[in-house]
Amino acid sequence: MSEGGWFADLDPDDVAGAAAAIRDGRADAPADWPALAVEAGFAPDAATYYDRLNAAAVRAAREAAGEAERAPDQQLVHAVRAMEDCARTANELAERVAEWAGAVYGEAGTGVDFAREVAAREPGTPVEACVVGLAGRVAGLADERDALRAFVEREAPAVAPNLSAMAGPVLAARLVSLAGSLQALARKPSGTLQVLGAEDALFAHLRGHASSPKHGVIFTHEYVRGTPPAQRGSAARALAGKLTLAARVDYYSGERKPELDAALDERIARIRARGPS
Amino acid sequence: MSLPSGVERRAIDGRERLATRGEPVYGEPVADGWRAWDPGRSKLAAMLERGLDVGLAPGATVLYLGAAAGTTVSHVADVAGPVYAVEFAARPVRDLVRVAEGRRNVVPLYADARDPERYAHVVEAGVDLLVQDVATRGQAAVAAANRRFLAGDGRLALAVKARSEDVTAAPTAVFDRVVDELAADFEVLETASREPDHRDHLAVVARPRR
Repeated sequence: MSEGGWFADLDPDDVAGAAAAIRDGRADAPADWPALAVEAGFAPDAATYYDRLNAAAVRAAREAAGEAERAPDQQLVHAVRAMEDCARTANELAERVAEWAGAVYGEAGTGVDFAREVAAREPGTPVEACVVGLAGRVAGLADERDALRAFVEREAPAVAPNLSAMAGPVLAARLVSLAGSLQALARKPSGTLQVLGAEDALFAHLRGHASSPKHGVIFTHEYVRGTPPAQRGSAARALAGKLTLAARVDYYSGERKPELDAALDERIARIRARGPS
Repeated sequence: MSLPSGVERRAIDGRERLATRGEPVYGEPVADGWRAWDPGRSKLAAMLERGLDVGLAPGATVLYLGAAAGTTVSHVADVAGPVYAVEFAARPVRDLVRVAEGRRNVVPLYADARDPERYAHVVEAGVDLLVQDVATRGQAAVAAANRRFLAGDGRLALAVKARSEDVTAAPTAVFDRVVDELAADFEVLETASREPDHRDHLAVVARPRR
């Protein structure tokens, strides 16, 4: 039954066809493929068979893994992670600049804005050259962060239209990034999406020495943050439920469904109207 | 248990280390063509260091589930015959493919070990050694699903990762459960706790039940 093997009906020199057969094929049970391939005339001997298999499998794995890595949702994941790296690093260096520049120039400023101001100065001494140079790096990193954010804001609606409309492009990208891919996010239950980004708190809870987290990164959403603490758990649960639906629509159909947002707006309005209980 | 032939203790960087002979791939220390195989990085090397008889032998056919970037696979391929290396994450497959380009006996497969029908048209029957190191729940079920590839006298070398199975339970309870489930399809020959090199891991060597 050599027709079950990857090499069935293949021209031995057709590496592209062989790679496709490896990627798309399947069989219920393995067999002595090397012997069957020799018998079927695909290879003159086992050594040649393994050489051809190696070439075809290398190509198949490179193609399939490459496609997965180059998928648009993966570019979004890289971009939002890079954006966060740039933001964190800019803030950290800005603190160093604030301390050093404060000492050198005798003034008190903070943050990236102060670093931008320092970066624009003409240094008069070697020490000032160091401070101004470092401040320039902060400004550059902050610019890079902004450019990456612009990319995320442009790309997220293309990758996940409903999720982006509901969560905003940056939060949508963060959720995809935490899940690993849009497919992985679409397959998660809403209770998991609700606590994505709160893994430390979740595991502390599972080990039995903490209460369960009410929200992870979705806390940045106005519908959670802007809801009074007493109803925040309900709001987070409702938001996570609708975001899960949105992610599934985005992954499985990709079509924009504005009625999803409307249903969420209504749920949140009702939760907030309950008042403190 | 002595080391399988093809794996030796050699003096590399001034101390005795496990090593195999072949082209270096990932920046490992090398001496006289022998590449150091670090038990702190490779669970299979840790099993050998511990003296487990995992069934690695010259020319053996190997199915390796959870091949990752192929560092351990490269050492296995130095010793064994055909090595079918299954990995489900795209990023490490990039490195695994590089290993397979330098070692013609490695067959990289970008596939899910829980879904063996997707590679049964490639992996041959009668595999001598099934190595499993996957970070997923249901590790015993993965081994059972892949039993179809193993020869009757083949060996399963399994690295059980307690945290993948259940983060909340005590590792020993998880190990007991996995070994129990495994017993339906396999006869467990040896187990060894993997401290200190690999915390929360249990090494299991088993053979298929008839």
